[in-house]
Amino acid sequence: MANKLIVSLSPHVHGGDSVQKNMYGVLIALIPALLVSFYMFGVGAVIVTFTSVAACVFFEWAITKFILKREQITILDGSAAVTGILLAFNLPSNIPLWIIIIGALVAIGVAKMTFGGLGCNPFNPALAGRIFLLVSFPVQMTSWPNIGQLSSYTDAETGATPLALMKQAVHGDIEALGQLPDIFDLFLGNNPGCIGEISALALLLGLVYMLWRKIISWHIPVSILVTVFVLTGLMYWVNPVAYASPFVHLFTGGLMLGAIFMATDYVTSPMTHKGMIIYGIAIGFLTVVIRVFGSYPEGMSFAIFIMNAFTPLINTFCKPKRFGEVVRK
Amino acid sequence: MKTFRIGGVHPEGNKLSARKAICKAALPEQAVFLLLQHIGIQAIPIVKKGDMVKVGTKIAESGGFVSAPVFSSVSGKVNKIDNAIDASGYRKLAIFIDVEGDEWEKTIDRTPDLVKECCLTSEEIIEKIKDAGVVGMGGACFPTHVKLTPPPMCKAECLIVNGVECEPYLTADYRLMLEKTDEILVGVAILMKAVKVNKAYIGIENNKLDAIRLMKEKASAYFGIEIVPLRVKYPQGGEKQLIDAIIHRRVPAPPALPVHVGAIVQNVGTVFAVYEAVQKNKPLFERVVTVTGKSLTRPSNFLTRIGTPMSQLINAAGGLPEDTGKIIGGGPMMGKALATVEVPVCKGTSGVLLMSEKDSRRMIPQPCIRCAKCVDVCPMGLEPYLLATYSAHGDWERVEHEMIMSCIECGSCQFTCPSFRPILDYIRLGKGKVGGIIRIRNEKK
Repeated sequence: MANKLIVSLSPHVHGGDSVQKNMYGVLIALIPALLVSFYMFGVGAVIVTFTSVAACVFFEWAITKFILKREQITILDGSAAVTGILLAFNLPSNIPLWIIIIGALVAIGVAKMTFGGLGCNPFNPALAGRIFLLVSFPVQMTSWPNIGQLSSYTDAETGATPLALMKQAVHGDIEALGQLPDIFDLFLGNNPGCIGEISALALLLGLVYMLWRKIISWHIPVSILVTVFVLTGLMYWVNPVAYASPFVHLFTGGLMLGAIFMATDYVTSPMTHKGMIIYGIAIGFLTVVIRVFGSYPEGMSFAIFIMNAFTPLINTFCKPKRFGEVVRK
Repeated sequence: MKTFRIGGVHPEGNKLSARKAICKAALPEQAVFLLLQHIGIQAIPIVKKGDMVKVGTKIAESGGFVSAPVFSSVSGKVNKIDNAIDASGYRKLAIFIDVEGDEWEKTIDRTPDLVKECCLTSEEIIEKIKDAGVVGMGGACFPTHVKLTPPPMCKAECLIVNGVECEPYLTADYRLMLEKTDEILVGVAILMKAVKVNKAYIGIENNKLDAIRLMKEKASAYFGIEIVPLRVKYPQGGEKQLIDAIIHRRVPAPPALPVHVGAIVQNVGTVFAVYEAVQKNKPLFERVVTVTGKSLTRPSNFLTRIGTPMSQLINAAGGLPEDTGKIIGGGPMMGKALATVEVPVCKGTSGVLLMSEKDSRRMIPQPCIRCAKCVDVCPMGLEPYLLATYSAHGDWERVEHEMIMSCIECGSCQFTCPSFRPILDYIRLGKGKVGGIIRIRNEKK
């Protein structure tokens, strides 16, 4: 017996948390938004989501097995599936299959596996995929089908999104803001847009779930949303004809999706609470600047992408408060 | 409810032996007394082969100021002075005594009566504690008289008694607080006199409600003793965390001591040993040891003579279960995995924990996903992931700059890591290296 004892250093117990649990937790948190998208966009949303997830998981498996030749295949940790769903959530529901597959290849192949796989990527893979597609296929990426065309896929009729209307208002079209959908419809998801971003309510449900399960902390989403609300609120207060109300800003476009699911990505966000708040404020600021003054209607993905690049710098300068730093009062 | 303010985790309590009253463990056939049962200089043996000793006879004297004498816990004949395997797996010098009968030194008061009065002066009390070989019994084993003698320019303002027992499974301190309440309170009063303070706090986590109630009831009869219930959180029993929780002051980074913020911390086990040493003339040669484990038949709390091999305690608690994979001296968060069951009980052995083969194995580490959970739970406000990475790369300057020496090795980071990374292993490596570098630097000055 005595020679069979295991000797290792403390701690001898583990809390039971794991990468899988966290990733599957994120997947569960994405379910409400997924159901809303199926309900609003029908067959198109189903095809795009499944293609994207399948392509992401396939590319991760193929790259680890045939190019990196690693023995440990990592697709079961759920991170590729999360990337797949997030990529699909950032696409219109009428996007052709081959574009999705290119996006998945860029997301997993270029943005994730090139750097060494999970934990090593400097940029959020799903965002990298989306931005690549946005600049490569601007026409397909910026025509969003109207909701309710449940049985159509690439043949769906497209319409103007709230963000496009808001952009027109900034450029002097005083009637544009009047055509915005009702604020309640925006909150529920009753408006055109990318698959996963339309319903603020469903995304907030996901946020509550992730906070409850302690998968993420509140710092990043709250600081982004508050910054956007305050900045757009100021603009609305100065000139309500040209600028939309802060609530419209909060509930449209990719803001909720980005703040809750993309900016909070473990790998690419800062490590300390102080850093997270700075990161969140900067993302909120950049988003508003791009939305209001930039040439793209939506700035969320660019804002997060830019701040991903600043994360190592933020980590270097934002240290946690060391115990004992505050000497006796 | 009070608690410390940075980090912390919530491991499952698993206090299996909480309802088991303290019972006396049988005498061993041979007792083994390690000469280094404390932090500091090894004790020097003053007996030789063939000498007869009684229970309470001094068998090794203190090797310096930061050291403590060792007393025999059994009566019998010195068999040999030889190497024995200690809890960390190293061979250390020890005195082996063959047990014959149970004859005690005449000076020890063996009656169970409570002796309340103590007319000694502060210096006399500390001298008596020093002579009785009392060391910190929470696990660190720092000689108690050193802690009670603060460096000049520092003045203690209060005494903090650690009744937290935040390690899962362990119940030795809890049982002691329930069964020896009055003795502990008298001990606290003696220590207050020794360090010349008129305020003492006893911190107890509120998963031990009956101990809190009992202590509160009886403490009202003593001057200046306050019972402080604390919210359950690991590592609340850490000295710095406990001071932060109770008096909201933070001890600066090493080499600062708790007394720099006016606090002196002692474990309840130590307080009880102080009571016995000062009031009963009984040197430190027995202690309460929790023997526990999920597959053990009878998890128990034993009043054990120091020097008893752990195998005997395990047998008394129902025998070694079939599925045992790991035997831990201490609790699961900070205890040491033992290389053999023959390791003797020391002054700092608070428990013996048996873990099943299944629970003993570590998971395969995965890449760090930078989830920041280790940063969130670190009670010292460090960045464990960074310390581990730099240590793995051998970048000792960076780890020193990132304050690796502040790490208290509580293991919260590794406990919480979703990628099962051996964070604390790397930090220990870094601490060892940086400690050496600092020592050399100081010698050059």
